[in-house]
Amino acid sequence: MISENSKIVFEGVSKFYGEILGVNRVSFSLEPGITALVGPNGSGKTTLMNLMTGLIQPTHGTVMVRGLSPSQPDEFFKQVGYCTQFDSFPRGIKGYDFVYWPLRLGGFPHAQAAELAREALARVGMQEAANRRAAGYSKGMRQRVRLAQAIAHHPSVLILDEPMNGLDPMARAEMLALFRALADEGLHLVISSHILEDVDRISDRVVLMSSGFIVAEGQIQSVRNEVRDQPMQILVRCSNAKRLAAEAFSLDHVVEAAIQSDGGGVLVRTTNADEFFLLLNRVVVAGLVQIEAVAPADEDVNSIYQYLIGSDGNLA
Amino acid sequence: MNVREVPAGLVARTREQPWRAWRSQVGVLIQRELRRGLFTKRRLWIYLLAFVPTLMTFIHKVGPFRDPINAEALHSDTEVLAGIVQLYYVKLGLFFACMGIFSWLFRGEMVERTLHYAFLSPVRREVLVIGKFLAGSITAIILFEAALLGCFYFVYSRLGSLGSAYVFHGPGLRQMGAYVLVIALGTLGYGAVFLGLSLVFKNPIVPGALFFGWEAVTPILPRTLQLLSITFYLKQLYPVKVFPPGILSLFTVEPEPLSWFTTIVGLLCFTAAVLVFSCYRIRKLEITYTTE
Repeated sequence: MISENSKIVFEGVSKFYGEILGVNRVSFSLEPGITALVGPNGSGKTTLMNLMTGLIQPTHGTVMVRGLSPSQPDEFFKQVGYCTQFDSFPRGIKGYDFVYWPLRLGGFPHAQAAELAREALARVGMQEAANRRAAGYSKGMRQRVRLAQAIAHHPSVLILDEPMNGLDPMARAEMLALFRALADEGLHLVISSHILEDVDRISDRVVLMSSGFIVAEGQIQSVRNEVRDQPMQILVRCSNAKRLAAEAFSLDHVVEAAIQSDGGGVLVRTTNADEFFLLLNRVVVAGLVQIEAVAPADEDVNSIYQYLIGSDGNLA
Repeated sequence: MNVREVPAGLVARTREQPWRAWRSQVGVLIQRELRRGLFTKRRLWIYLLAFVPTLMTFIHKVGPFRDPINAEALHSDTEVLAGIVQLYYVKLGLFFACMGIFSWLFRGEMVERTLHYAFLSPVRREVLVIGKFLAGSITAIILFEAALLGCFYFVYSRLGSLGSAYVFHGPGLRQMGAYVLVIALGTLGYGAVFLGLSLVFKNPIVPGALFFGWEAVTPILPRTLQLLSITFYLKQLYPVKVFPPGILSLFTVEPEPLSWFTTIVGLLCFTAAVLVFSCYRIRKLEITYTTE
């Protein structure tokens, strides 16, 4: 049982900018691990993250991160790091100073702040450019130095708003590996990204947002199971695809059974996956087909996103 | 020490000794703000505001058109120095320098979209206000006190032994002390007002201009209204009176003077009250750069 003091808890949180809705009646409780915030432009992802860190305050409701309120920044930001989407730096600052000064403000003595700053910069691959001015960095470097600042004090919660923006594929892969490593070290990561494949690869759970509301939340598999009006897609690689397709069609809940072009598998769309798996057991036991692999074909963030929010969501 | 264990230790230390932590944070803030605020090209206009009178007194000392050195010149130069402090520094130079420095402390970072970095640091926002205010005050005080001391030196060193006698065996040093105090208190008072205005208004120029107008007209207003002006309090500390010229003196109301103690405590209390208000405002401030 995970205590409330290790979770990120939103209780009835709403945020209005005058008459414009930011987020509305948001309630959730995020456990440690990697949580992906997914939604189209203007869906409220950044608003949610800014509420989480106190950059804006809720019109209604309460926000607690590991039992701490953002209204107590001296305690709160020793535990929390936030890499925002704002791509701006204090005038004339160098990468090293950008990471070093917040550590000094946080109470670290000079030597330790310097050590932590160098460690964080090395972790994001920026040690070589640390003594150059941030204004001369490429977009990817700016992104990485902001990430270094967010992780330098070893927070237990890391909030990242579009952290893969501006990174080339190699750097993206490195970042994803870093996020996974941080999560494995016990960090609580909340990531928003419009690159759904990346999010899908590393996240333990998703929060899907649209127009300021949370559309779905939970582990990817359980969210997918809740989307009952969209048949699940299951790919079965087997020895006798025609026979399996025929057997599948005998079930009412199977709406499609398409044999793959190489004849070595069937893509089944069904509204009752559990019943289909029982059928699969029966045909295997009866020796009608030999199974090579069974895999859900649409149990990913992209599919869930499209089912719930629509393909014209204009992710960004 | 294992760096991974540090945050927990820091949290414990902060809880046990918040004052110590706040003092250290204020120190770091001052250090950082001075580094990026005091010695930059962007502050050039403030240097000019501060040092133009110093330059003029220097030219007066070394220039080709030198006045005779006698008791009349001593009297006249003392009045010129009083005019520089009372009419130029207090009413113009220090006023606009404080407007530039203190309005920019938070509003400037909003405009440059970097204030969120301060808000995401493990520092109470009230500590940010105090740290930045002190950094701004130190900047203005260093510049204007240095400029004032320069003026003082050039004015009296020009007069040779007469000037030296006036400074060291006459009222000179006491007058200099009074002017140093006027500049320091003026900085705190104006600074607090401009910091407060910048946390209320998105564009503090307009309220700043109204404040300038108010400070300019209060000498001709009744005493009760004069009490709401910073220059009124500073005037109580002037060691040499400079009266407005000609017809303006007819409209000037000279109220009962206040004691030095009342003046100093009053201005410090006013500064503290505005800072408390600024702390309240900063707690409510949100990062919404798109509306800036």
